[in-house]
Amino acid sequence: MNEATSAALQMRAVRKVYPTGDDEVVALDHATLEIASDEMVALVGPSGSGKTTLCSIAGGILSPTEGTVVVAGHDISGFSPGELTDFRREHVGFVFQSVNLVPFLTARENLLVVDEIGARTGAPARARADQLLEELGLSTRAKQLPSEMSGGQRQRVAIGRALMNEPELVLFDEPTSALDTELGAQVMELIRSEMKSRGTAAIVVTHDTRITRFTDRTLRIVDGVLQTPDAEPAPAVS
Amino acid sequence: MRLALREMRRRPGRFVTAMVLLTLIAMLLMLLGGLLDGLIQRATGAIIAQRGDLVVFSSTAEKSLPRSRITPELRDQVANVDGVARVHGLGVTQLAARVPGNGPRDLADVALFGYQLPPRGVPSPPAEGEVFADRSLESDGVERGDVLQLGPARSKVKVVGFVDDTSYSGAGSLWAAPATWRTVQNANRPASAVGPGVFQALVVETAAGADTGSVARAIDRATDDATETVSVTAAADSIGGVRAQRSTFNQIIGVTLVIAAVVVALFFALLTVERIGMYGMLKAIGARSRTLFGGVVAQATIVALVAAAVGSIFAFVLDRALPPGSIPYQLQPSRLVSSSVALVLAAIVGSAFSLRRVLRVDPAAAIGRSS
Repeated sequence: MNEATSAALQMRAVRKVYPTGDDEVVALDHATLEIASDEMVALVGPSGSGKTTLCSIAGGILSPTEGTVVVAGHDISGFSPGELTDFRREHVGFVFQSVNLVPFLTARENLLVVDEIGARTGAPARARADQLLEELGLSTRAKQLPSEMSGGQRQRVAIGRALMNEPELVLFDEPTSALDTELGAQVMELIRSEMKSRGTAAIVVTHDTRITRFTDRTLRIVDGVLQTPDAEPAPAVS
Repeated sequence: MRLALREMRRRPGRFVTAMVLLTLIAMLLMLLGGLLDGLIQRATGAIIAQRGDLVVFSSTAEKSLPRSRITPELRDQVANVDGVARVHGLGVTQLAARVPGNGPRDLADVALFGYQLPPRGVPSPPAEGEVFADRSLESDGVERGDVLQLGPARSKVKVVGFVDDTSYSGAGSLWAAPATWRTVQNANRPASAVGPGVFQALVVETAAGADTGSVARAIDRATDDATETVSVTAAADSIGGVRAQRSTFNQIIGVTLVIAAVVVALFFALLTVERIGMYGMLKAIGARSRTLFGGVVAQATIVALVAAAVGSIFAFVLDRALPPGSIPYQLQPSRLVSSSVALVLAAIVGSAFSLRRVLRVDPAAAIGRSS
C-alpha cells in the first residue's frame, strides 16, 4: 500500500529443484512473473503442476534453488529460514485450504494469534481485530470457536487473520474448495472487495476455473512451467 | 506461550491423563522422601539433636557408640585441646524394655542414653532412676509415670516426661543421668561394664570462631590417635544402615524421576504429533519454532507444578494422619521443595524430547494440502 507504484511480487528465473535419490525433480522451472501492488491473480494448474511450489516461494515459505524473489521491495531469495519466518509474519498473509484456524481459540483470538506470535502490540492489535471482524460481518461471532461456525464463516475468519499484519501480499490456497458454488462465490466476492479496498496484491491458487472471473489475471502452470498469460496481458514481464 | 496456556484452559481434558499420572508420581516421590527422612530421623535423631559441634569416639570403635570407651584421662586430654570450649560425656545401651500393661513377650526396643549436655528438646538430666522417653515409645504403650524394666536384669527406670525426634538406630530413646545409664549398662552388660567417669563418646562444644575441622584434628593429635573425632553429622551417618538406606532410597527416587520424565516425554510427544498440522500453519504465518516449543515446555511445567502441589498436600495430610511411632514418615519443607523442583525439571527434560519434532514441522506442509 505504501509502495503503490512498485510491484508486490517480482520473480525472475526462479527454479526449484528437489533431489530424489540420484535424480532430481524440477518443481518449478525458470518462472518469471510480476504482480502489481493491487493486483489479484489466479494461479491454476493440475495437481502436481508446481502451483503450490510457486505459491510457497512467493510467500517466503520455501527458498528457490535459483533465481530472484522480491516481495514488496524485499529481495528474500537469500533469506535464512529464520529471516523468512519473520518476513512472513510481517509482510505476507495466508489463507489455507484445510488447517487454518486454531481449534480452541475463538474467532477474535484466532486473529490475535498473529499479534501473539510476533512482537506483541496489544491494544492496537485488538482494535484491528475488532475492526476486521466488523468488516467481515463476524462481529457477532467474535467469541465463537471454529467448531461453532459454518465453513464460510471459518473462511472469513481466516481472511481476517491473513489481513491482521497489513500484508503487501496475500496467498489464498484453494480458499473455496470446501464451500459450495454459491458460498464460494460469496467468499470470492469478499476476498476481492477486501483486497481492492486495501490495494493489496493477492495470488489465489485454485483448480476451479469459476474463480478466475473474480481475479484480474489468470496464470497457468503446467509441469513447473508458467504458460503465457491468456487472460489479460501481464504488465511488465521481463 | 499464551496460546499454550489457553489450550490448557480450553481443553483441560487433553492434559488430565498426564496430570493424573504425574500427580501419582509426585505423591510417590513425596512419600519416598518422607519415608527416607523418617527412617534417617529414627536412626539418627538422638545424635542429630546433640548441641555440640564434634563427637569424639575411641579410635578402635570405628565411630560406633557401643564399641567406644572414653576414660576420664582421655577426656581431660580432649578438654585441654585449644579450641575446645566444653566436653560432655555420652553413653548408650540398647535394650528391650518391659512396658507395664503389655504382655510378657511384647517388648519395646529402647536406647538408654546417659547424657550431660541436654540435646535439643531434652531437659537437663533427671534424677537417678528417672528417664525422659522419646514420644515414639507412646506407640509401644509407654505412658508418663510408667516404670519400665530394662533388659535381662530388669533394671527399673521411671518415665517422667516425653521428648520428640530423638530415636536412635530405630529404637525409641530414654534419656537418663550418666549414673542411671552406668547402673543399667553394668547390670545388663556385665561383659562390657563401664567404670565411674567412663563414657562411650564425648560431645565437644568448640570455642566461638574455632574451625571445627582443625579442632577435630587437634584432638586426635593430642590423644596420640587414641580418639577419632568427627562432626555430629558424620557421627549420625556412621550409625549402622544409614548410608545404605539413604543411597537405596535416593536410587528409587532417581528412578521415579526418570519415570516422570518418560511419562511427560511420551505424553507431549503424542500431543505434538496431534498438533503437527496446527504447528505447520502457525509456522507458515510466522511463528518461530522457539515460540511453539516454549509453549510445550510451559505446558509440561504447569502439569508438573500442579502435580507437585497436589503431592505436597498429600504429604501434609499423610503427616497429619499418621500417629507418631507408626510408619517412619517425616515431613520436611525442604524435601517438599526439592521433590517439586526435581519433578518440574524432570518434566522439562521430558518435554525437551518433543523439540526435534517441533523443529521438523515444515511450514510448507500447510500449503497445498486438502482436508
